Amino acid sequence: MPKLNVNGKMLDYAADDGTPLLWVLREQLGLTGTKYGCGIAQCGACTVHIDGVAVRSCVMPASIMTEKQMITTIEGVSADGSHPVQRAWQALDVPQCGFCQSGMIMAATSLLKEKPNPTDKDIDEAMTNICRCGTYNRVRTAIHTAAKEMAAAKSGAAPKKVAELGKSVLNIEHVAGGQA
Amino acid sequence: MSSATTTSRRTFLKGSAATTAGLVIGFHVPFLSKQAIAQGLATSIAPEVNAWVVVQPDDKIVIRVARSEMGQGTLTGLAQMVSEELECDWAKVTTEYPTPGQNLARQRVWGNFGTGGSQGIRGSQDYVRKGGAAARMVLIQAAADEWKVPVAECAVSKGVITHGPSKRTTTYGKVANAAAKLAPPKDVPLKDPKDWKVIGKRLARLDTVDKTTGKQIYGMDLKLPGMLNAAVKDSPVFGGKVKSVDDAGVLKRPGVVKVLRVGDSAVAVVADTWWRAKTALDALKIEWDEGPNAKVSSASFGETLKAGLDAKDAVVGNSVGDAPAAIASAARKIEAVYSYPHQNHACMEVMNATVKWTPEKCEVWVPTQNGEAAHAAATDAAGLPAAQCEVYKIHLGGGFGRRGATDYVRQAVNIAKQMPGTPIKMIWSREEDMAQGRFHPVTQCKLVAGLDDKGEITGLHMRISGQSILAGVAPQNIRDGKDPVVFQGLNPPGPEASIGYTFPTLLVDHAMRNPTTPVGFWRGVNLNQNTIYLESFIDEIAAATKQEPLALRRKLMKNHPKHLAVLNAVAEKIGYDKPAPAGVFRGLAQTMGFGSYVAACAEISISKEGALKIHRIVAATDCGNAVNPQQIEAQVEGSFVYGLSAALYQECTVKDGRIEQTNFADYPTLKLAEMPKVETVIVASGGFWGGVGEPTIAVAAPAVLNAIFAATGKRIRDLPLSKHSLKA
Repeated sequence: MPKLNVNGKMLDYAADDGTPLLWVLREQLGLTGTKYGCGIAQCGACTVHIDGVAVRSCVMPASIMTEKQMITTIEGVSADGSHPVQRAWQALDVPQCGFCQSGMIMAATSLLKEKPNPTDKDIDEAMTNICRCGTYNRVRTAIHTAAKEMAAAKSGAAPKKVAELGKSVLNIEHVAGGQA
Repeated sequence: MSSATTTSRRTFLKGSAATTAGLVIGFHVPFLSKQAIAQGLATSIAPEVNAWVVVQPDDKIVIRVARSEMGQGTLTGLAQMVSEELECDWAKVTTEYPTPGQNLARQRVWGNFGTGGSQGIRGSQDYVRKGGAAARMVLIQAAADEWKVPVAECAVSKGVITHGPSKRTTTYGKVANAAAKLAPPKDVPLKDPKDWKVIGKRLARLDTVDKTTGKQIYGMDLKLPGMLNAAVKDSPVFGGKVKSVDDAGVLKRPGVVKVLRVGDSAVAVVADTWWRAKTALDALKIEWDEGPNAKVSSASFGETLKAGLDAKDAVVGNSVGDAPAAIASAARKIEAVYSYPHQNHACMEVMNATVKWTPEKCEVWVPTQNGEAAHAAATDAAGLPAAQCEVYKIHLGGGFGRRGATDYVRQAVNIAKQMPGTPIKMIWSREEDMAQGRFHPVTQCKLVAGLDDKGEITGLHMRISGQSILAGVAPQNIRDGKDPVVFQGLNPPGPEASIGYTFPTLLVDHAMRNPTTPVGFWRGVNLNQNTIYLESFIDEIAAATKQEPLALRRKLMKNHPKHLAVLNAVAEKIGYDKPAPAGVFRGLAQTMGFGSYVAACAEISISKEGALKIHRIVAATDCGNAVNPQQIEAQVEGSFVYGLSAALYQECTVKDGRIEQTNFADYPTLKLAEMPKVETVIVASGGFWGGVGEPTIAVAAPAVLNAIFAATGKRIRDLPLSKHSLKA
């Protein structure tokens, strides 16, 4: 049985040749955080990391993946939603419908790995995912916010609370913990 | 967890991050009907205080929300409304959807489930606040009864009830059971707006965290035990039928279970996985009977609409004096013809629905903007009594009006009915979603202004020719040939979609011309093109009479203080009295619709090569009462993405009876790199409730088009902009 290395686990799967990685993740491995949006690598809703690099899984056959290639999906970004990018997203209430946001977060985490302090131009070039609700400006702000948090963490600072980030960046009041 | 009892009642889905083969959905039941409680089915579940509020023993508050969350923040906004009157602790608030079946069984206790027309807040603010207030009243009553003290001596703050004289305290959670047994109060006064503590706050949304971890479950993500997947293809030509299907090769493919007809116009493949169903469907040989619309095209629609511009059969939407006479005798005339194309909503999540049909019961899990309409459609398609059908609303991956339609619900029920007992998840491909849209109506508009010898307007005639949404989706609402929705933003003075200008004479009329393309409510609806027509033409008049566009607007808007206030707010914020930076040009637009007043100013530049750059947009909204300003900002920003995507790139063209665009490659959207800075000014003038999800879309395009004219002298009268060269 073929195997995929997903979120640090070796997982067996069964799929016909040519089945895109997206549909193996969603239908064989139950990882539905990765979304189908277009099937032709246009929208980015299916973005995952392969060895840390953002790729669009809807056009990548699962069968070309080796067991050594490390796949990370939104479910593997952190165990509890505490990755600095996720916290920035939560702090600034970036998602609207949320459907594209897994892909957005995967693209953003990949960008920040490559460029820890991205310029607006870097963000323009890396973030080509489509959002129909129109969250782009908050996505941009959240990437800058996460970059600052990650830089601070590197120099030993404790991570800021989501509520603190939300208040300081967009004056958003986090009273409830959300529904999770 | 899952059990026969819970799945047959309220199947409320909670995302479960399964990491190995097979997604597990945990069913839990935070809410059961009074009937269910009476039957002893929910011993561990708190009873509802009233239809809107459940208080659990641990003081957790569950607020019921009837409208659908599709990103617009209504879940949080409506919870704020209930919470304001309930005086509960916001940190303990969660929300849940009642089901359409329960609404029907309980005489529509939750009112309208329809989520469109920016109605979430403004259409239910009164009764949801009363729901919160009535719950507070019985909760306090219950505490007073227990203490045997007068209610007037008790007060509540954040869900803690205090008896003033004795300083005793209790909590909502402790008295909820007793409160649930009390008769609801008859007289339910609401707070004075000056006392609001939750309404008006920049609160974080209640539904964000799961959207950052992949845990949020959308319709597409559902998995039920024993479920199969369906891919479907409907006739690409509207009104066409299936002539024949050759399924011989396809049935041999691995995982394929069945190839079936869906009505007389569609074919579905059912397989173990959707990918197998979809690829099998692609391989299926289908012959179509293309029917009477096989030869229609955008060009033929255009000719039909053009003829309507001068036709006699027009109905009047707004009339002041005798505009045609004033124009006929005018010293000078200005005339222009505009048009607006078909567009697809293109929700990020394609249409889908999951259905389990048995001869006894039909259950539907669906992302829908209208749970009740979905329930009615499911009931009809299921061939079962309404009481034996239930719809469970699932979080929407975008709606924008598309998910107010029920075509895809009906289709999924039809498929599941052919496979009794097997849950079927039907998902459209993006290509199917593009082909089977419920499209933005196409219209054209001829505007003629009469001017006197000083260049003052003596009359304006706006003749709209084109498609009526109501004629397509609710023909029973057409009265005397009139679709009132056609005139959005052009109505006489009043609380809804009124025109912001006073002209000495005015005639706005509509010649209904309905192309065969299925039409739908597309975020912003008819306010979109009507605002482009009028706001562009006001600029044309300004240019022709050598008046400054803001000055001309102010002159014409004297009798429309709310319209004018948002325009002035925009002018002030952008610094209109000072010139724009070198090479940057400004354009203005204002309108009123969905109960709110909006205006925008765009700052743009055009490169030598003709490339448009939108640098900055200032937008103002007067929605009366601003429930959650940070979410209003999010809606305003998002409206520019939706409106500018449409203006810059989006057109669905018809050739040989079918839509030509197939995916985001030929139906592009605005990307992050093109997104201007948006500064939102909220002018909450109070005293009314306006919508925020839609109105701003209408000012996005005309503000930019007017700025393009300022920059280039080119007047764009048909969209999308990508059809035009802006090169000098």
